Amino acid sequence: MASPNNLQFQEFEEAAELLSADPGASTLSMSGSNTPNTTASAGEDVKLDLSEDEEGQQESSELLGGQKPSGGFWTFEYYQSFFDVDTMQVLDRVKGSVMPQPGRNFIKYYLRSNPDLYGPFWICVTLVFSVVISGNLSTFLAEQKNPTFHYRPQFHRVTIAAVVIFMYAWLVPIGLWGFLTWRQGAERQIGGYSFLETVCVYGYSLFIYIPTSVLWIIPYDWLHWMLILIAMVISGSVLVLTFWPVVRDDTKVTAVATVVTIVVLHTLLAVGCKLYFFHAETSPPTALPTTSTLHNHTTLAFKTD
Amino acid sequence: MAASEEASRPFAGLSDVSIAEDIPVEGDISVPVGPSRRDDEFSTLDEPVKDTIMRDLRAVGNKFIHVLYPKQSSALLRDWDLWGPLLLCVTLALLLQGGAADHEDQGGPQFAEVFVIVWFGSIIITLNSKLLGGTISFFQSLCVLGYCIMPLTVAMVVCRIVLVISSGRVVFAVRLAVVTASFGWSTFASTAFLADSQPPNRKALVVYPVFLFYFVIAWMILTYSPQQ
Repeated sequence: MASPNNLQFQEFEEAAELLSADPGASTLSMSGSNTPNTTASAGEDVKLDLSEDEEGQQESSELLGGQKPSGGFWTFEYYQSFFDVDTMQVLDRVKGSVMPQPGRNFIKYYLRSNPDLYGPFWICVTLVFSVVISGNLSTFLAEQKNPTFHYRPQFHRVTIAAVVIFMYAWLVPIGLWGFLTWRQGAERQIGGYSFLETVCVYGYSLFIYIPTSVLWIIPYDWLHWMLILIAMVISGSVLVLTFWPVVRDDTKVTAVATVVTIVVLHTLLAVGCKLYFFHAETSPPTALPTTSTLHNHTTLAFKTD
Repeated sequence: MAASEEASRPFAGLSDVSIAEDIPVEGDISVPVGPSRRDDEFSTLDEPVKDTIMRDLRAVGNKFIHVLYPKQSSALLRDWDLWGPLLLCVTLALLLQGGAADHEDQGGPQFAEVFVIVWFGSIIITLNSKLLGGTISFFQSLCVLGYCIMPLTVAMVVCRIVLVISSGRVVFAVRLAVVTASFGWSTFASTAFLADSQPPNRKALVVYPVFLFYFVIAWMILTYSPQQ
C-alpha cells in the first residue's frame, strides 16, 4: 500500500482500464487533499460504467465526472476549468472526430463531461490560416500559365476567413443548443447537452477541413468536389451521430429537420470556403472574384437568418 | 500636544522632519543591507542620461544574444522587458510595407495588421499557456515570444536585400531556405525558454500555438513581393 506521504490522485485512464477488465469492481481513489492519517478504507468509491451503449449509460462519478467550473465567471479559475485537458486527450478527441464510428457518441465517449475550449479554439485558428494560405497557394499555382499574373498575398482574406469560421463555430452551436434546450423543455433531463459540449463537438468536427483545405491546393476541380464530399461525410456523421440520440425522441418532422439543418449548414461552410478562397483551374481569374463574392454574401445572409 | 509628546517619547528625536542617519531603528525588524541592494544607495535620478539609456540598451542587447544562442537561462525570464519586442515588431511591420499593390487592398499586410498579429498573437498564446497551467508570468511570456521574433526579422532583412537584386525562382528558393531556417530557429529558441514552465503532459499543447504563430509570421515574410 502506498505510504501516506506519496498519495497521488489516480489517473482516470488507468482506473478506466481496470474497470473495463472487471466492471463489477469498486475502486478506491485517494486524492492528495485527504489527510495522510486516513487509511485506505476512507477513500471514496468510484464506480464508472464504461459500456458504449448510450441507452443505459449512467455516469455516477462524483470525483471524475462533472467538471463544474469553480468560481464566478470573473475569476481566472473559471476559465482554467475549460482547459483541463492533456495532450493525449486532445489527440484522442481529434482522432475521434476524424474516424466516427456508428456506436460512439462523440460527446459521451470522448468528452465525458470534460468539454474543453482548447480544441475548438485552436482548430478554428488553424483552419482560418490553412484556408487562407492554401487558397493563396492554389491561386498562385492556377495562374502560373497566365503571363500577366502578378502574385498578391491577399492578406485581407485572413479577416474574412476568421469572421466566417468563428461565427460558424460559435453562432451555430448557440442556435442549436438553444433550440434543443427549448424542445427538451421540462420533459426529460437526460440527453441534453450543455452549451460547452455543443461548442466542443462543433469545434472538433471542423478538424477534418484542415487537411482538406491543404489538399485543395491541387488545382483540379473534380478533386475539390470529391474532397468536399469525403469531408462532409466524415464531419457530418460525427455531428449526426452526436445529435441524433437527442432529437429522435422528438416528433419525426422536427428530428429530421434538425439533422438536415445541421448537415446543410456544414455543407454551406465547406462549399462557401471552397468557392471564395479557391479558384479552380478552368475559371478566368478576373471574373471569378465578383461572382464568388456574391455567392459568399448569399451564404452569409442565409446563415445569419 | 502633550499627548503626542507622550506618544512620541520612544521616538524622541524623530519629531523633526529630517531623520539623521545615526538614529537607531528600534524594534525587532532588521533590514539586511547587503551588496545586492547597492542600487538603492544611488538614486538613478542623479546619473547621466547616457548611463540610464546604456543600461537598458545593454539589457536588450544581452537578450538578443540569448536568443541567438538559446540555452536554458533564467536571465531572460527574470528581467523581462518589452523594448526588444516593440523594436522588432516595428521593424518587421515597416519592412513589410512597400510591397506589391500597396494602394490596393489585395496586397500584403498593413502595418496595423502586423502589429495586431504579433501582439494579440503573443497575448493569446500567453493566455493559453497560463490557462493550461503554466507557471510563467504574463509579461515574461510576452517578452520571450517577442524576442524570439528576431531571427524572422533578420530573415526579412535578408529577403528584402535579396529581392533588390532580382525576383526570379532562384531567389525564391534562397528566400524559402532562409525563412524556413529562421522559423525553425525562432520556434526552437522560444520553446527552449518556455518549456520548463509548463506541466509535463501538456507541453505539446503549449508548443503548437507558438509553432503556428511563427509559421504565420514566416508566411507573411515569404509572401512579401516587391512593387513592380
